[in-house]
Amino acid sequence: MATFEDVVCPICGCLCDDIVATVEDNKIKGVKNSCSISATKFLNYHKHRLTSPLIRKNGEQVPVNLEEAVEKVAEILTNAEYPAIYGMALSSCEAQGLGVELAEEVGGVIDNQTVTCHGPTALGMHDMGMPTCTLGEVRHRADLILYWGSNVEESHPRHLRRYSVLSKGRFRKEREERKMVVIDVRKTASARPADLFIQIEQGQDYELMSALRMVLQFDEIEEESVAGIPVEKIEELAELLRNCEFGILFFGLGLTMSRGKERNIDAAISLVRDLNKWAKFSIMPMRGHYNVTGMNEVTTWQTGYPYAVDLSRGYPWYNPGETTFVDILRRGECDAALIIASDPLAHFPKDVAQNLCKIPFAVIDPHPSVTSLVADVVIPSAVTGIEAEGSAYRMDAIPLRLKKVLDPPSGIYSDEELLQMVLEKVRSMRG
Amino acid sequence: MELLIKNGVVYDPTNKIDGEVMDIAIKGNKIVDKVDEFKAYVIDASNKLVMAGGVDLHSHIAGPKKNTGRMLRPEDHYKDFELKTKVKRSGGGYSTPSSFIIGYRYAEMGYTTVIEPANSPIKMLHCHHEFRDIPLLDKACFVLFGNNWFVWEYLMDNKIDECAAYVAWVLNATKGYAIKIVDPGCVEAWKWGDVEFLDILWGRPETIDEPVPRFGITSREIIRGLCKVNKRLNLPHPIHVHANGLGTPGNYETTIDTMDCVKDLAEEDRPIMHMTHVQFNGYGGSDWVNLRSGAYEIMKYVNVNKHVAIDLGQVIFTDTTTMTGDGPFEYRLHRLTKNKWTNADVEVESGAGIVPMHYKRSSSVHAIMWTIGLELALFAKDPWRVFMTTDHPNGGPFINYPKVISWLMSKEARQRILNKIPKRARTKSNLESIDREYSFYEIATSTRAATAKILGLKDKGHLGVGADADVSIYDIDPKEIDPSKDYKKIRKAFSNAIFTIKEGEIVVKDGEVVKSIDGRVYWVKPDLPSDLMDAMESELSEKFEDYYTITMENFQIPERFVARSTPIPAYYG
Repeated sequence: MATFEDVVCPICGCLCDDIVATVEDNKIKGVKNSCSISATKFLNYHKHRLTSPLIRKNGEQVPVNLEEAVEKVAEILTNAEYPAIYGMALSSCEAQGLGVELAEEVGGVIDNQTVTCHGPTALGMHDMGMPTCTLGEVRHRADLILYWGSNVEESHPRHLRRYSVLSKGRFRKEREERKMVVIDVRKTASARPADLFIQIEQGQDYELMSALRMVLQFDEIEEESVAGIPVEKIEELAELLRNCEFGILFFGLGLTMSRGKERNIDAAISLVRDLNKWAKFSIMPMRGHYNVTGMNEVTTWQTGYPYAVDLSRGYPWYNPGETTFVDILRRGECDAALIIASDPLAHFPKDVAQNLCKIPFAVIDPHPSVTSLVADVVIPSAVTGIEAEGSAYRMDAIPLRLKKVLDPPSGIYSDEELLQMVLEKVRSMRG
Repeated sequence: MELLIKNGVVYDPTNKIDGEVMDIAIKGNKIVDKVDEFKAYVIDASNKLVMAGGVDLHSHIAGPKKNTGRMLRPEDHYKDFELKTKVKRSGGGYSTPSSFIIGYRYAEMGYTTVIEPANSPIKMLHCHHEFRDIPLLDKACFVLFGNNWFVWEYLMDNKIDECAAYVAWVLNATKGYAIKIVDPGCVEAWKWGDVEFLDILWGRPETIDEPVPRFGITSREIIRGLCKVNKRLNLPHPIHVHANGLGTPGNYETTIDTMDCVKDLAEEDRPIMHMTHVQFNGYGGSDWVNLRSGAYEIMKYVNVNKHVAIDLGQVIFTDTTTMTGDGPFEYRLHRLTKNKWTNADVEVESGAGIVPMHYKRSSSVHAIMWTIGLELALFAKDPWRVFMTTDHPNGGPFINYPKVISWLMSKEARQRILNKIPKRARTKSNLESIDREYSFYEIATSTRAATAKILGLKDKGHLGVGADADVSIYDIDPKEIDPSKDYKKIRKAFSNAIFTIKEGEIVVKDGEVVKSIDGRVYWVKPDLPSDLMDAMESELSEKFEDYYTITMENFQIPERFVARSTPIPAYYG
């Protein structure tokens, strides 16, 4: 029996790095310090696995050897005019770098799950910048913690305890020294530990933020209520924000994926910028997948842009809405795809999903998914963070090393190794 | 492979070679005495300028703040991009170029070694990630220690040995190269948004003695403490200091105080402090209206005090992105310019800020800044302690180095700009009255030999036997050209080396990258008495998780995560 300490959890953007895993006979017998989501993954990751590479022949997915599958993937990408490589928010940074290289080699689009989560955050940042900090800063200093459009208790179960309201920092030792505010459209589980819960009308975030900025600048609001909230309550909230010492605004998909999108983020960042006149105030997106931040970082240092990068012109081009995977599929421009560690068919709008079904595409994933069932080629991969090592970035962009605690099943390789094989094959085909 | 560079006009200040026509022989990745002329690949360098590969000791090329800068500025990438070729990856960015093209553009200018000057220890893995994707350059990274709680606690208890052990542990754990100090004390104050404290600090000469609220330590104590640590560890590079009060009128006095505060620690004639991008810390006057150059006063000090070296941080009139570990300064710049602003405070150790900036010739403030950088260089008596940089991208992108070289080499080139800047700016500096023009020998000193020397990279920056075979050849005949008249030719030649040789391989030919190879990553591996290390580590492990949100094990970067890892030993004592 072997015990692995300081294992980094490959689930959410919290990237908790204190997991203890006990391994016996190449199986994980137990985990400590895990939240329920994390424990479920560590203890069940080996179930429902893809076991063999598959290629669709005469309408049926049939098992083939790895070499044939890799060759087929390379062929699909090489023969395409405008292929896309999508996913990898659940891969290591090393694999992600190879994904960008492959997209450049075949002249296609490289995009990731950011397009369906915090894409608007990136756009907001392009406009306004982003006054932020690491989670340790929140732990040590924050006396006002605001979650906006984020059900943190269910999406990032250890966030409160490790990094924010319930953590112990150098300057904030007790729960009473911090105030927690939750703004959401419904009373979620996260509203329970909050000192103040504000229920906002669906799609009215921009209005509330604008009202808050007005109140902060001592402007008078003539309406009786904004976004379903009485003006007195908005004033109360504004005073709370103004009078804190160190505030933080955590925001989730409630803000990025509701009406207004990047305009909401613009408004949120503007609010935080204004607040810095009175207090130290920061803002941070609650990133979901454990390495979606890493994918943005890798794509940015290699191409200059965080997601939706079109490399078909021979140089990086970026125009979300035009070059995003969803949009090139919707317009029917994309003619082949490689999906890595993602399940877009289960998440994309119907017409986009239908278009994806019409083109040849391959899937690299440890587990079967809706997308893998429809794919022309499927290659099983190792579970990064359990069966393969690599690097990942926490939601506050702190890089951590994912650990390999046991070996993958025989014949199964990591995303990194598989992408290297595909890349080499593509290069040899193109000569 | 063997290479022979024949009949080049060689400038190699380390070996006191001043424009001598000679051959340079290369075998493998080293410069050797001679090679067999009939077997070697021969480059005819007659009537060409030959120097060692350029060594830049302060350029923000990798790491979290660089990448956030890229993310902040897609508009910077739209206007400047490069195509994929058989040997090159594609990329883009003018002031915030993507990683691959940083390597290509530096190599095309004949540079072969570049140092990233500021990274938080906790985010060092990010820097190493990007280093892996910067080809053609040897790299190293300085680590931020100036606002580190552990360091402060040791220094407040006057535990220099323990502090040295901690610094050594961090350098070893994160694979860093030297101690960087950025705006000591103020970054911690900024983490509370302590505007009052920071206003007091900015622009007052006695600022380095202001105790930091909640801690009580002063900038002077931090700088002196880390200087002692640096000496005890015998690190190859002295403390690299970004002084308090950056970007504030009147700050030149603080800069001189900062340099002076370690004077008594100096031994021999070796610099024990490197004061960086001094242009930004060289302002006289008391506000932006009566701003004047403080370069004369600073250089008066530097010229007679051999314990300090400086680099310029020259400003270029262009659109660029400022990025620094000095978060409070960037907030101030944001309030001043209203430009978009990113701040990134990092737990326990540091912070950073990013604001785009357009330096305009028509602005007298910007024009005065432009004159200060050049004045610093031209007042310098000893080019071995004054280095040419633009603090890329803070003063301007590094691809403008040839412009700076031409300004240093030609009064006429400077005068052309002086004629176009506001009259007020011209009267606020001494630049117009300076006739000095740098020689090729001095340029080679300031951009290669001296920077390599102060970095402690013994095999870099020169062409003596045993040096690394990093050579650049430029299409200028130093015997023919008059740099003060033909400054445009100088600019053109230094922009595109006709040959850049990296580790004995021709990587650039006629200004184009023809081969891409990976560079090394240097880091310092200090050797300390094990009892001292053990005691420090056990104390550290008790506090570590109270301070950081990651574990001590995960803080450490294994060597396999570092591309072409090249540790350099340092001996305690």
